[in-house]
Amino acid sequence: MYLLLTLIIFSRLLNSKTPGEGEGRSEMWWRSASFIMDRQQQQNQGDSSNPNISAYYETRAAHHGVVTSDWLAQAQAAIGPEPQPQPQLSPDPDKPFSVIDQFNSWRKQPHLAEAVAAIRALAAVIRSSQATTMMQLEIELKKASDSLKSWDTSSISLTAGCDLFMRYVTRTSALEYEDFNSAKSRLIERAEKFGEISYKARKVIAMLSQDFIFDGCTILVHGFSRVVFEVLKLAAQNNKLFRVFCTEGRPDRTGLRLSNELAKLDVPVKLLIDSAVAYTMDEVDMVFVGADGVVESGGIINMMGTYQIALVAHSMNKPVYVAAESYKFARLYPLDQKDLAPALRPIDFGVPIPSKVEVERSARDYTPPQYLTLLFTDLGVLTPSVVSDELIQLYL
Amino acid sequence: MDAPRVSRAIGDPKIRRVGFFASDSSATDSLMIPSPRHRSIPVPPTHPSGDRHVASGSYDPTEYPKLATGIEKRGEEEEEKEVLQSSLKPLKAKTTKAERRALQEAQRAAKAASKDEGSKAVAESGRGTPGKSTKQSSQKKGGPSCVSPVATDKNAGNRPLDKDRKMDAPSPRMQFDDKSRLEKARRCAVVNPTESRNKVELFQHLPQYEYGTQLPNLESKFFQIGSVHPAVFEVGLRYSAGDISGGNARCIAMLRAFQDAIRDYCTPHEKVLVRDLASKISSYVSFFTECRPLSMSMGNAIRFVKSRIVNLTLNHSEFEAKTTLCSDIDRFINEKIILADKVIVRHAFTKVKDGDVLLTYGLSCVVEMILLYAYEQGKKFRVVVVDSRPRLEGQALLRRLVAKGLSCTYTHINAVSYIMHEVTRVLLGASAVLSNGTVYSRVGTSCVAMVAHAFHVPVLICCEAYKFHERVQLDSICSNELGDPDAIARVPGRMDVSYLSNWASEDNLRLLNLMYDATPSDYVSVIVTDYGMLPPTSVPVIVREYGREHLLM
Repeated sequence: MYLLLTLIIFSRLLNSKTPGEGEGRSEMWWRSASFIMDRQQQQNQGDSSNPNISAYYETRAAHHGVVTSDWLAQAQAAIGPEPQPQPQLSPDPDKPFSVIDQFNSWRKQPHLAEAVAAIRALAAVIRSSQATTMMQLEIELKKASDSLKSWDTSSISLTAGCDLFMRYVTRTSALEYEDFNSAKSRLIERAEKFGEISYKARKVIAMLSQDFIFDGCTILVHGFSRVVFEVLKLAAQNNKLFRVFCTEGRPDRTGLRLSNELAKLDVPVKLLIDSAVAYTMDEVDMVFVGADGVVESGGIINMMGTYQIALVAHSMNKPVYVAAESYKFARLYPLDQKDLAPALRPIDFGVPIPSKVEVERSARDYTPPQYLTLLFTDLGVLTPSVVSDELIQLYL
Repeated sequence: MDAPRVSRAIGDPKIRRVGFFASDSSATDSLMIPSPRHRSIPVPPTHPSGDRHVASGSYDPTEYPKLATGIEKRGEEEEEKEVLQSSLKPLKAKTTKAERRALQEAQRAAKAASKDEGSKAVAESGRGTPGKSTKQSSQKKGGPSCVSPVATDKNAGNRPLDKDRKMDAPSPRMQFDDKSRLEKARRCAVVNPTESRNKVELFQHLPQYEYGTQLPNLESKFFQIGSVHPAVFEVGLRYSAGDISGGNARCIAMLRAFQDAIRDYCTPHEKVLVRDLASKISSYVSFFTECRPLSMSMGNAIRFVKSRIVNLTLNHSEFEAKTTLCSDIDRFINEKIILADKVIVRHAFTKVKDGDVLLTYGLSCVVEMILLYAYEQGKKFRVVVVDSRPRLEGQALLRRLVAKGLSCTYTHINAVSYIMHEVTRVLLGASAVLSNGTVYSRVGTSCVAMVAHAFHVPVLICCEAYKFHERVQLDSICSNELGDPDAIARVPGRMDVSYLSNWASEDNLRLLNLMYDATPSDYVSVIVTDYGMLPPTSVPVIVREYGREHLLM
């Protein structure tokens, strides 16, 4: 089972990056893939050489198969010692149940959102729980939710997903009138359906967005958002003629990945370096971005550079559309950029950086609501001011 | 998600009662005051409603023997019929054919009664001038706007009392440049009015500053005015003298006085407790209004008290009713003011970081709590206190902060643009937050918020949710409060500076001392309330979703 999963991951890396490489390179890639999982295991145990690196962006880098020189250096270092065999994904009977292990196993699926992985992990908590009353189950869920959130405090959708599920557990009054077993199975069923909700949310958002994409338009895209990709894919399938400008997206190079996917759909793509946004903004008709989180002020938290693009688009009167699922709504109210907890990631400049030079390594920024035009969510097309209304009705 | 649906489902049976009530009223020729219905919510009493309550108090000839004339009684009944007629119009679509015919008969009877005397309804906007034709045309112009508040109330699922609808329909606020209505209100006033001198032209529609000069009169009349409870009288005196200021302090003092009055209350013979107590509270409110115009927080609290009185069932004994009312008022003070302040402090504390420079304007008790709490929690920050004449309220805040050991900078409002470049956060209090996100606060707040907005400094408005109001206000002129103009002429501590001491005798000179201003929502970054941190665009959600809870708690 583990070997099969390793081969799947390895073949994805191989197909996306080096389709024609020889056997020697294949051996190196296999070890590199296992090195990623080794590092994640170390992070789980708390002994990590990079404690400030956000696990969220580690996983996204693994999904996208991004190759950096840091990554290559670590891969080279991993060749020396033989990696130990990986533990099985399903927990051993002797080993105590760990919600974080469950979350990590779900999170490795590239098409699964983090919030959905969190809710699946909480469903596993319910399934393996020995509680006999609703109150005990809620307490166990609360502990699991808190440990998940504290494990990666930089992930907003993880926190929002946990809060959403806990809200569902505590708010559904119908559960109080059922017996315990049927309530428990209802919760598990609800958690399982959440993945479908997430997948349908992307479909709903893609359909809602079609009215805003017209023939002959030019769309600027920043970051690799699965929802934004779904929007563009559906527009291409509907035989709409449009161009896409992808930012390069350093240091993750998400734009390269997105341009590759769009080229497969025969969509005309132009790749921009990140500093070319203002230069090309007069050709752009609209900006599409995803969101790591949608906060209570109506603004969004997204990949670094989103705020800059929104400022340029706002000053040149181009609309900025945000495609985000509603479970990414979070009860945060940032007042400025420094108000967020930092989510750091390694940055590769290609040359060694002198030790006296300080590097800004934050991975995301906050875009205030006055620079956003509309949010496409599965609740409908919303103005930024409605986000707070939805959060009030959900949580208060 | 479940709570709003349940509340909407409950709202449906109320519409059924509307038709039933209409058929009841048409059955009797003489207009009797309907019995209070469940979950009726009165509109917030403003100055004209207070005066009208005093007018309705004149039905009792033993209390006001001089004022109880037949003409006034007939006038009051006529007004009630007119309001009933106008309030029945929105119900046409919901009634059956037979009820519709009954409504028409009632309207015909009301019209016949109104032919005896001239119409006394006043247009909502614009100044009233002598002449019937002008009044009639302005009345027609104000007609649809009079009906729409009732329709809005119906859409919300809440149904105001008949008396409150009578207050609501003619005009929300009395225009103080309407001479005939002003004279009528003054005849019913408890204290002797004095003529204002040298009114400012643009603000003649506001209640003119008189209450400061009423203090000697009120003191001498303590043993003569028997209709006002001594606790209420004391609080009114302190309002006039300025001893109690600030929305929360005034609201708490008023509610405590109401509690004392309720405890000492005895139901008169042949009277119903619910009705008589409500009229007593209304007379107290009108007394407070004469001492100083009400604030929004007081208006919401009065609305709460009246809704609790109306909800008392007739089966309760007098002692049980009084105990219930006092505990309800205690709960309101604890939950909506004291606990709300604690929650606001917790929320705002998360935005204070080490190295911050916090600017505040004037004196706000919740902002003071936030600063002291953040200091006690070990945050390292500095405070800039901005102040302005003539009240200089920031000095009291400065003394308290310095006594606690905080590092402070004190400046006046003319230097706010100079000091704003080193400020990282602005914390402001508010007297009220209106539906469109406008913040109604001490005069000068808008100036500070605009300067902070120009410097891209976040502005945090700290306001309790019970100060939210569903009114919309676009400027500071339609509704405001005038202060003592002599305070502008005086410079405290400098008796030799008295160049304006004879300003009243100059015909070309007017001194204007405004108390409040309105800050547009564009300059507000976040409103910190006991329901969390909101953008200004979400104030209507709080008013809509929790205004009902607020009244029905």
